[in-house]
Amino acid sequence: MSGAVPWNEARAHEIITAHLGLECPVLPVLHALQKEFGYLSAEAISLLAKALNISRAEMYGVITFYDHFRIEPPGRHELKLCRAEACRSMGSEKVAREFLDSQHLDWRQTAADNSLTVDAVYCLGLCAHSPAALYDGDPIGRVDAPKLAALAQEAKSA
Amino acid sequence: MTKIFVPRDMAALAMGAERVVAAIEKEASARGESVQIVRNGSRGLLWLEPLIEVVTPQGRIGYGPAAAAHVPSLFDAGFLTGGAHALCIGKVEDHPWWARQNRVTFARVGVIDPLSLEDWTAHGGGRGLARAFEVGPAATIEEVTKSGLRGRGGAAFPTGAKWKRIAATKAPQCYVVCNADEGDSGTYADRMIMEGDPFTLIEGMTICGFANGASKGFVYLCCEYPQAADVFSKALEIARAADWLGKNVRGSDFGFDIELRVGAGAYVCGERTSLLESLEGKRAVVRVTPPAPSLVGLFGRPTVVNNVMSLASVPVIMDKGGDYYAGFGMGRSRGAMAMQISGNVKYGGLFEAGFGLTLGEIVNDIGGGTFTGRPVRAVQCGGPCGAYFPTSLFDTPYDYEAFAALNAMVGHGGLVVFDDSVDLAQMARASMEFCALESCGKCTPCRVGSIRGVETIGKIIAGVDVDANIALVEDLCETMKLGSLCGLGGAIHMPILSALHLFPEDFRKAALPAAAE
Repeated sequence: MSGAVPWNEARAHEIITAHLGLECPVLPVLHALQKEFGYLSAEAISLLAKALNISRAEMYGVITFYDHFRIEPPGRHELKLCRAEACRSMGSEKVAREFLDSQHLDWRQTAADNSLTVDAVYCLGLCAHSPAALYDGDPIGRVDAPKLAALAQEAKSA
Repeated sequence: MTKIFVPRDMAALAMGAERVVAAIEKEASARGESVQIVRNGSRGLLWLEPLIEVVTPQGRIGYGPAAAAHVPSLFDAGFLTGGAHALCIGKVEDHPWWARQNRVTFARVGVIDPLSLEDWTAHGGGRGLARAFEVGPAATIEEVTKSGLRGRGGAAFPTGAKWKRIAATKAPQCYVVCNADEGDSGTYADRMIMEGDPFTLIEGMTICGFANGASKGFVYLCCEYPQAADVFSKALEIARAADWLGKNVRGSDFGFDIELRVGAGAYVCGERTSLLESLEGKRAVVRVTPPAPSLVGLFGRPTVVNNVMSLASVPVIMDKGGDYYAGFGMGRSRGAMAMQISGNVKYGGLFEAGFGLTLGEIVNDIGGGTFTGRPVRAVQCGGPCGAYFPTSLFDTPYDYEAFAALNAMVGHGGLVVFDDSVDLAQMARASMEFCALESCGKCTPCRVGSIRGVETIGKIIAGVDVDANIALVEDLCETMKLGSLCGLGGAIHMPILSALHLFPEDFRKAALPAAAE
């Protein structure tokens, strides 16, 4: 996602150290590392496991439990399309399928030019404006084909 | 200087509130008008978002749903003095959708500046805590018990009884955990409180901490709500700086602080024990109870786990009394409920009123029927694990017991409306897919059963051995219900069996040659 910087061990160390004072810092520090570097790389997992004195396997187990955490680098932009019931009541599945087909993508995939990663999400709390989406953290209501096409275009150009 | 409200609520943002604000600023400066824009929460009349409100001597005049393109014409029409315009809905408080409600927990949401302690106290904020300090912990728990408040997260367990258990442990350290992992489709009440009246949640948690002898609270918020996280973090800082949190809350010798934690996209974390596992930094696998979290909770300490709406209802209960709160509602469902009318609906939004309206009143009179204009066919109540209601059950009162008698649940207050294009067999399969995706993996019936369920409902949809496969799904649902520890595997039978029993024709389409389109 936009804003992510390349791996930097000193910076990662700094982020981890800043969180160690919290009561059980695992989730906050995972969020912070992913925000900084875009995803949780093997180096990041290794470093964090060591700092928390747990095995890498255990760390990996925690990370992969949660859909939000990534162990692969995402595209420059991230689109989360809601697939929950309220959005389905407004035809979200059809809109999403047609969009994915038009981009030659499937759920959880990244475009070949690395511009966009499309993810599924189950409820954004925008259920009176279904179908709903999040684009780089910005909420979008009443999602339709033209809005999605414009976003894909925007992702390519920035 | 004219005061204008434009919500920063996530739903308003999703419909272009930022562009509206930018347009108002630009137009005002071009015309030399002096305006002050306050970013409030949403009043919950969501179909009108972004809803601009202008403060005039006659009251707050509303204009919505506004787009940036409307702004020049709004200025032309003199909206700064409440001038007539096609988007004008008149005085917002007089709008029937608002006037018909009983705003109790949500009294300030959308009305005040969410990050102004001054505005909050001017509207009665903080009085509940003052009252709690005055009467002491035991009487506080008594008042909450008297209110009849039941857990608004979904399980509807009496809040007072839960608090009594924790207070009885007399543990040297215990925790308050606020469950803000609002994952149910069709719901946004927690989000609206955190974005629209965050100090009231802080106050409710503080009262809870005071009553139960806890000095530390956590809010576990779902990661799908970045705006709520932002507003609530700011509110925490402001509250700390003004002694609403800290070592000596409001100058007393009671110390309490709150930490915001953000989840990571696991629906099961809405279940209290997996939420605690997640807070502890583990895979959010459901715990076996007993012991309940009220005895062995976060880090092994007694822990109150309450939903946002439950905790945010406590200040008004303390301020106006348990009897006032219990005066709303019907039967054993006391107080006001925030019904979140969602999905394919014309007037979607958050409608707070006492329990007891019928489903038909909520969907047709208040919700105005479907957005698409087609006939209503089904309403799913209580989130992804809640039952589908056909219109023939629209006389059912909105009440915990009346719903339970139909093998349905009120849950967290979501109502998702579907028009006649819905295929309930497809929805039933989607429920199983959701369960498979979100299962924590602890209980075999949920982990494996959901996958078998997707396959079996798929066979029914394809017309393969329909009768035998329907019997299999019924049996599977029973096994999942009885063999799962938590309310995911344990309740996912509700949407599936209600679809199967109340909309049987959708499961036999493949068998009917006439149904071929």
